[in-house]
Amino acid sequence: MKYLVGIPAYNEEKNIASIIAEVKKNLPHSLIAVLNDGSTDHTAEILKSIPDIIVIRHPFNEGIGAAVRTIFHYFLESDCDFLVRIDGDGQHPPQQADLLLEPLRKKEADIVIGSRFLEKRGYQSSKTRLGGIKLLNILSSLILKQKITDNTSGFRAYDRKAVAALHNDYPLDYPEPVEVYHLSRKGLVIKEVSVTMRERQGGLSSIGTLESYYYLVKVLLTILVHFLIGGKK
Amino acid sequence: MNPYPVTTIQILAIVVSFLLLLGLFLLIRKKKLREEYSLLWIAIFSVFLFFSLFRGSIDYLSRWLGIHYQPAALFLILIACLFLLSFHFSIIISELKTKINKLVTTVALLEEKLEHAAGNTPSGEKKKSEES
Repeated sequence: MKYLVGIPAYNEEKNIASIIAEVKKNLPHSLIAVLNDGSTDHTAEILKSIPDIIVIRHPFNEGIGAAVRTIFHYFLESDCDFLVRIDGDGQHPPQQADLLLEPLRKKEADIVIGSRFLEKRGYQSSKTRLGGIKLLNILSSLILKQKITDNTSGFRAYDRKAVAALHNDYPLDYPEPVEVYHLSRKGLVIKEVSVTMRERQGGLSSIGTLESYYYLVKVLLTILVHFLIGGKK
Repeated sequence: MNPYPVTTIQILAIVVSFLLLLGLFLLIRKKKLREEYSLLWIAIFSVFLFFSLFRGSIDYLSRWLGIHYQPAALFLILIACLFLLSFHFSIIISELKTKINKLVTTVALLEEKLEHAAGNTPSGEKKKSEES
């Protein structure tokens, strides 16, 4: 079994080196691909000094969805079996990545989502965001007829089938909540496992308060158009 | 007698509409404007020209629509044209954004492959991805 660890990073000079070190320690046989999404700080220089990683660079900042999409394309061109997404901000603890990979190895699921809310441990989220997160979870659970407790979590692992189903038509920003709809429509199996997340280690979140409302409205629009009133298959 | 005597503003409107159309064609000829994006502009300027040439048509249109104040019909036409243009631009921008994103992915992966082939990336990916 070959694993690819995909790390999207945008202006993460404070976190990126320690995250990569943790990944190397906890997933020693994995291939590590860092996607530098047009960082304007010293992320690029730091990445250059780290051996044994693959660095893919976007010429300018395109958003987390675009970053993950490029990682998807890289994964499909590689000969890896599974992909784990670990964000460059340090919220996703690499030592728990194996929890996500376990159901994939047992072929119990095509995508495994690391959920903060399954057992309510560790860092949850800021209060302003929790309402929106809950709304999206309830909506997703209703549409998918499957309980989803953390559909905004980006701590996920995929098999090749799941990535192949997602890689072409992927949102440029805030892609997480939409994934499960595409996957369940294609008959792929979604599973959640409980994880403990950390608060971001340093630097700034890519989502401010105003953006989090925009995030919610945009995702609701996507769900409405594509999944409630037909939309393109 | 002609119920719509020719006024200065009408002549001005005709001249301006005509000049706008002419300018558009010149821009297309100089390849500053692509044909596919100029069709809507041509249609809109032609509407302007039509209403400046035939002033009675505004009266006819407002009667047909049930608008009592004719200038309102004129504004309606103008706003409709601007709306159409804005939508047109939004669609074009969305298409461009999708295409740019595909380009970014392609370029990013190509660049990685190039650096890898040049030996600048320190790791051999096959070596690292051994059985676990």
